[in-house]
Amino acid sequence: MSITPTEVMKIAHLARMSIHPDDVERYAQDLSGILDLVAHMNQIDVQGVEPMAHPLDMSQRLRADLVTEPNQRELLQRHAPAVENGLFLVPKVIE
Amino acid sequence: MQWETVIGLEIHAQLATKSKIFSGSSTAFGAEPNTQANVVDLGMPGSLPVLNAEAVRLAVTFGLAINAVVNRRSIFARKNYFYPDLPKGYQISQMDLPIVARGEVHVEMDDGTHKTVGLTRAHLEEDAGKSLHEDFHNMTGIDLNRAGTPLLEIVSDPDMRSAKEAVAYAKTIHSLVRYLGMCDGNMQEGSFRVDANVSVRPKGQAEFGTRAEVKNVNSFRFLERAINFEVERQIDVLEGGGTVVQETRLYDPDRDETRSMRSKEEAHDYRYFPDPDLLPVVLGEAFIESVRAGLPELPQQKKQRFVEHYALSAYDANLLTAERELADYFENALKVAGCEPKLAANWVMGEVSAALNKAGLDIAHSPVTANMLGGLLARIADNTLSGKLAKEVFEAMWAGEGDADAIIEKKGLKQITDEGAIAAIVDAALAQFPEQVAEFRSGKDKVFGFLVGQVMKAAKGKANPAQLNAVLKQRLES
Repeated sequence: MSITPTEVMKIAHLARMSIHPDDVERYAQDLSGILDLVAHMNQIDVQGVEPMAHPLDMSQRLRADLVTEPNQRELLQRHAPAVENGLFLVPKVIE
Repeated sequence: MQWETVIGLEIHAQLATKSKIFSGSSTAFGAEPNTQANVVDLGMPGSLPVLNAEAVRLAVTFGLAINAVVNRRSIFARKNYFYPDLPKGYQISQMDLPIVARGEVHVEMDDGTHKTVGLTRAHLEEDAGKSLHEDFHNMTGIDLNRAGTPLLEIVSDPDMRSAKEAVAYAKTIHSLVRYLGMCDGNMQEGSFRVDANVSVRPKGQAEFGTRAEVKNVNSFRFLERAINFEVERQIDVLEGGGTVVQETRLYDPDRDETRSMRSKEEAHDYRYFPDPDLLPVVLGEAFIESVRAGLPELPQQKKQRFVEHYALSAYDANLLTAERELADYFENALKVAGCEPKLAANWVMGEVSAALNKAGLDIAHSPVTANMLGGLLARIADNTLSGKLAKEVFEAMWAGEGDADAIIEKKGLKQITDEGAIAAIVDAALAQFPEQVAEFRSGKDKVFGFLVGQVMKAAKGKANPAQLNAVLKQRLES
């Protein structure tokens, strides 16, 4: 198994996902299965093949540098649980 | 033990675009909180980023200016971490294929020696918002106006060996991005941010020591002090038998020390992957050549031209070209005055700079414009004004009393150059000191200095000193 239960817990924490301890073993197996497939594909010689960054064979379109967005603070902050003086309020972050 | 310091810098330069890197929100500084943050900047589901062409152009400008590799194909990636001022939970940045790859930056040190610093890469990314930790009922306030502001992160190789070298390199980049018009360079407002990766190793050892990243440095002076503090701290740790921990440390200018920022310990696992919302950026040769054609004269080229064309010393040329605005001011004043370049250089670096410093102004806001200074210099060059009178006129111009000619006219400051008028002043002065004149004529040379002083006094500084001297000599010796 290429992914250990400890790694599953770490990845879940980094992604801020809450998972039930009973499920950890199963996730470890599932994820290992995926990585085993990747390991299998890694055996293919891809010398000279450019890595694919995007499934669409197109390049990025650019927009002109223009300010097009009006102030919509009131509308956008309607969804926020707490605001004050125009700021979004979140639980205290201590540095 | 002899220790060697190793420093690499990461510089975040805010690109001078009107709108954000991936949205049409304004990037203007100082707006009311969250009035310049739209659905894209807030990471609302269903919104998609669209890349700003100007941010791309400015990044390419930088790459071309330092002869770095400009990647014809670059990729945006997601850098994942959680922090409330990063609404999407990831920062759009570049990892494997940055827009600017390897290059070299040539740095001139204060003592005139040169140093080459390798450029690892320079990549485009979006800025985060701002967290305000003042007391909001034990909550943190979030302003997302800055979220999505375009940044060019300029990463150097660990090539610097002292705080002084690091500062000289940072100043070189600062000057360059301002010359290129790609960043306003304002360190106080955070549009030019310098983070230093600092480590030490026993002299002669090939491997690097463990590094700490020093952040929160908002001036070049603090950069030097923060690095020096950090170097001493690491040497103390190592000499005390301890080990340096790889971590982020914040510089505290009030205490002049760096402190560990523990909360980010775990955050270094960013799990980068290509951003599926953005396609590869492909740059055509025609576009790159058009950017190259638009490059302005760069600081080092300008400096060399000042030395060769104006016969200025390397020191003078260095000072005058540190900022593009100052160099332009000098050249404009010189053009108006048509005087010796050295005279214009002395005035720009002397009176003008001193007055600006005293008033806390930058050259763009000087009350004495380049044209006005040029007008003054012309009157020095044609002997209308002595150096002393010129300073008086300069002060009056600074105070808003008009241009040089108007002030000379109004105050009657015109230097006397008429032979007859000067002779009259000399004769009148000498008539008051017949004894001293007799003494001089009988061979007491010492009294000459006294007579010069008296004649100067009588002329009230208005007579051309060279002519005055000549007439005095002639009168005494006849």
